[in-house]
Amino acid sequence: MKRLFLIEFEKLRANHSSRILIGAYFILLTSIALIAAIKFDIGPIKFHLAEQGIFNFPYIWHFNAYIGAWFKIFLAVVIVSMTANEYSNKTIKQNLIDGLSKREFLHSKWMMIFSLASISTLFIFVVSLILGLIYSNYNEFSIITQDLEYLVAYFIKLMAFFGFCLFLGTAIKRSAFALGFLGIWQMFEGFCYGMLKWKSPEWLNAEDVYRIFPLNAMSNLVREPFSRLSAVRNLADQVGEQITKNTDVQLLDMLIVSAWCYIFYALTYRLLKRRDL
Amino acid sequence: MKTILNVNELTKKFGPLTAVNQLSFSIEKGNVYGMLGPNGSGKSTTLGMILNVVNPTEGNFSWFGGTQSTHQALKRVGAIIERPNFYPFMTAVQNLRLVCRIKEVSQSKIEEKLELVDLLNRKHDKFKTYSLGMKQRLAIASALLNDPEILILDEPTNGLDPQGIAQVRDIIFKIAAQGTTILLASHLLDEVEKVCSHVLVLQKGKQIYFGPVTALTTDHGYFELDATDVAALKEALQNNKHIKTVEQQGALVLAYPNEALEIETLSKALTNKGIVLTHLAQKHKSLEEQFLTLTKKNKA
Repeated sequence: MKRLFLIEFEKLRANHSSRILIGAYFILLTSIALIAAIKFDIGPIKFHLAEQGIFNFPYIWHFNAYIGAWFKIFLAVVIVSMTANEYSNKTIKQNLIDGLSKREFLHSKWMMIFSLASISTLFIFVVSLILGLIYSNYNEFSIITQDLEYLVAYFIKLMAFFGFCLFLGTAIKRSAFALGFLGIWQMFEGFCYGMLKWKSPEWLNAEDVYRIFPLNAMSNLVREPFSRLSAVRNLADQVGEQITKNTDVQLLDMLIVSAWCYIFYALTYRLLKRRDL
Repeated sequence: MKTILNVNELTKKFGPLTAVNQLSFSIEKGNVYGMLGPNGSGKSTTLGMILNVVNPTEGNFSWFGGTQSTHQALKRVGAIIERPNFYPFMTAVQNLRLVCRIKEVSQSKIEEKLELVDLLNRKHDKFKTYSLGMKQRLAIASALLNDPEILILDEPTNGLDPQGIAQVRDIIFKIAAQGTTILLASHLLDEVEKVCSHVLVLQKGKQIYFGPVTALTTDHGYFELDATDVAALKEALQNNKHIKTVEQQGALVLAYPNEALEIETLSKALTNKGIVLTHLAQKHKSLEEQFLTLTKKNKA
């Protein structure tokens, strides 16, 4: 275990661009705190975002998990390129010849995914905790520990997304094309949803089918937090609209995304095993 | 003798093409094996299969008596393949450290092996800054990190300049002299001839010969001669009943015997006829000539 982790860690540490991207990622995660500095002061309109309740416990867990997830694309680039480069440098071939098994190779990559997702989740936790302690109106322990499932969802979401990236990097073997494919896949899911809504038969609910698509399932894990804000609710009330959207973490979504995680792992292994180098 | 590798009817098909066709051979400890064959005869594919990077279509192989899984066994093997593959952004030392981790051997030998291949003064330079010759030497250092029980080399001098070829060849000689088992795949026959005790000859994926180099042909070689009186020499040779043909090649006379003929016997016979020899040497066909004969025979 330790050996596999160190193998991947050394590869990553020596790579300049990976280091920069990972560094930039964590700096950006920390920069969520800068939202606190958003203030408008235009004559009679005074607006301080941090005072709108976005940093209140337990809402902050949801808000930061949602915002933090946007930055995952930085790590996606690192993961895709660290996989695709193994092919373009043919170092995967050398690794196997030196006595790494294909499964060990895959496990060392997954350990890196696990580590990055864990550190990222921990980061969100710490940043949110600090921001919350500074700005939250409620600081009781029982309130702080509410809704922590958003962080669990965030972790699973990252694991699955990075697993998808690892699979694409392995399958396509070229970083740029793999990332391009990721974009195309996102569009493909949207297209499928549109087609389903338009053409699906009576007995088939488009929403239910769309729910199992990988990228959509990942985004369902941590749904948008804005409709929970009292300011937004008030606004909706004023225009006579009732917001009934459920933005909780759903167990079913967790299961779907965990399943995708395993599917990406299994598919990548199958690919590695069958392919001649 | 201890068997290091046993290959049994190994076959690889790429679609309709059979790249390696029912290969069977075994490698014993202490010998130096050459794997011969023109480009595309299946050498690299064969090595790829025994090195766990190409999946065999049929047949099997076992390392060290088959008591370990292939990837565990490969930790006791050192191999370099056609092109040296390292992480371009890592230095020589970083690359070798990674190999040590994969092979689960101590990192204490890195300096020693870098010294052997004469790269010690460039050890902290990134791999991408190396010339091809240096890359190839680093690959050799990497393959030796675990003091392997067998060293597998696939075209180790491919693409190198004459100086690079000489350096790599020297290193191979050094390693062979230490008694390490070597499997050397090459299409450069003089390279193989200089170090190998056994050869495996491949043609279009088929094994056409496997055995000791010396037994590769049964011919009796030939003699190179020169004398003060060349005309008399030729006449004497033509009249000798052991000699089949005589021909002139440049300044030398070549005589081909029709049976095994000792050099002393020939010398004595000529001296008895009053011929003063200025040059006499017994020659065998080079591996290259033997190889060409062999492949021609199998084509027909």
